Amino acid sequence: MADDATPTPPGPPAPTATPKPPEHTIEAPTGPPDPPPPDALPPPVTVTAVQAALPGAMAHLSYWVGDWTIVTSPDRLVEVCRFLRDDPRTRLDFCSDVTASDWPARGQRFDVVYCLYSTSLRHRLRVKVRAAEQDPVPSVAAVWPAANWLEREVFDMFGVNIVNHPDRRRILMPDEWQGHPQRKDYPLEGPGELLLEDPLEWLRLGNAMSAADIE
Amino acid sequence: MATDAPRPMFDTDELVINMGPQHPSTHGVLRVILRLDGERVVDCDVVIGYLHRGIEKLCENRDFTQIVLITDRMDYVAAATNNLGYCETVEKLMSIEVPRRAAYIRTILAELQRIASHALWLGTHAMDIGAMTVFLYCFRERELVLDLFEEYCGARLTYNAMRIGGLPFDLPPGWDRKVREFCSILEQKVVEYEELLTHNRIWLERTRGIGVISGPEAIAIGLSGPPLRGSGVARDLRKDEPYAAYREFEFDIPLGLAGDTYDRYLIRLEEFRQSIRIVRQALDGLPEGPIVGKVPRLIKPPAGETYHAIESPKGEIGYFIVTDGKSTSPYRFRVRPPSFCNLQALRQLIRGHLVADVVALIGSIDVVLGEVDR
Repeated sequence: MADDATPTPPGPPAPTATPKPPEHTIEAPTGPPDPPPPDALPPPVTVTAVQAALPGAMAHLSYWVGDWTIVTSPDRLVEVCRFLRDDPRTRLDFCSDVTASDWPARGQRFDVVYCLYSTSLRHRLRVKVRAAEQDPVPSVAAVWPAANWLEREVFDMFGVNIVNHPDRRRILMPDEWQGHPQRKDYPLEGPGELLLEDPLEWLRLGNAMSAADIE
Repeated sequence: MATDAPRPMFDTDELVINMGPQHPSTHGVLRVILRLDGERVVDCDVVIGYLHRGIEKLCENRDFTQIVLITDRMDYVAAATNNLGYCETVEKLMSIEVPRRAAYIRTILAELQRIASHALWLGTHAMDIGAMTVFLYCFRERELVLDLFEEYCGARLTYNAMRIGGLPFDLPPGWDRKVREFCSILEQKVVEYEELLTHNRIWLERTRGIGVISGPEAIAIGLSGPPLRGSGVARDLRKDEPYAAYREFEFDIPLGLAGDTYDRYLIRLEEFRQSIRIVRQALDGLPEGPIVGKVPRLIKPPAGETYHAIESPKGEIGYFIVTDGKSTSPYRFRVRPPSFCNLQALRQLIRGHLVADVVALIGSIDVVLGEVDR
């Protein structure tokens, strides 16, 4: 689909497409930087409300290009979300997005990210939790029903262990699919016929090749 | 609503039927499993994923400049809007300022795209319900928009119409005059659509009171775009979080009262008119100047993450991009697809209605399966 023969824009020349080495040979990053806000910048009311009402719930606060993110722990997630939805200062009643990112080099490899919006106060906030592969991440579908399908997608694509979900099934991939395609260690190349014969073997092979320790 | 239905005279068993994935009114490959009590839908399960191409994974292995093309393939009836959302997200990450002329042209393209998308929606939605003429009328006007796009960038469906930091092309000579002509044509045609449908008794019977959802329910289930505004919630990202050049234009946000299929229809018809209004203002005030901002040769944003959303014809399309600062491709590329989130409400909307209303409801939330499944 990405055709190199597209007309080049007159302004910024497209960077020459150098063949990228495979993902695993690059030094694997160990997570987003999550920079703390500059001292001169006061945190918005959404953040201060959480700090005041739920002491200890916010493990980290970060700010980047205008977005505020609070990092919390999975066991306090539902409590924080419920507070953010109901408190008159925050009123984050609209769950825009639930997604995740995978950092295999890190112990707690998943970042589960909740993008929230307030339809009455018109502000945004991101909530993030970190989880290892088997760590249970509680579902927030009871707080925002919109999270139902979005969490199913996170489960499907990353294999994050979402618990207390009303309907935890795969959503985009077939029900019998093996593996979780959005993980960084999921093989990128097509499975070919091997997938049809033995999906598990194909996954194992792909992982072994990416670890470069195939016998 | 199912409880309001009169008790059947005889004991009936519930019937499970399968609709789709190959069904003309599902606008692609959508499968809905319906549990019926006679003609009434008791419950349903929506099965998606038939068009899953792994666009997010694909984008994580492409350069930032190459991704613009891939975003075309998500909501393929509103490709320019997808381009706009993506380019603005990368510009936000890199703090690139877009020249005013480029922002204006982007706004014009996005609004023309909204007109094309709504025209396609109105035509197919009306045909689902049984109004054949409207389908032909709408495609006639959509064709005019596609011609305008073809003259601008050479493509008619997947435009690749934007670049990070600006635009690939300036407007062709005489294009603005053609857009103005198109605006006056469409203005009359919208009246024609209204004459055909708005007071048509069959249309009213088929759409009024069908799929009612209240404002708070719509917010909770995550509806956005015309379905949310149809329930009376004043939320339009063009007003709430202005992007491109929307801050500089005057336009109104139509709101519904009842939150039913008919209101969602009225909202979209009014959005035709508001789009024409925006396009005219943008053409009148179109500034001179460059069309590309200061963009580095190599697009490599510093490490960080951001979420940026714009108002697509379907609702809030958001991009969540994580960069590691080392490579020229995003570490994580995520799209918040409005069709996906709106489709989630189908189960809630459909309960208690007749089988014939299922197609009306699928149509009324305006899904594009290429975007649902990515």
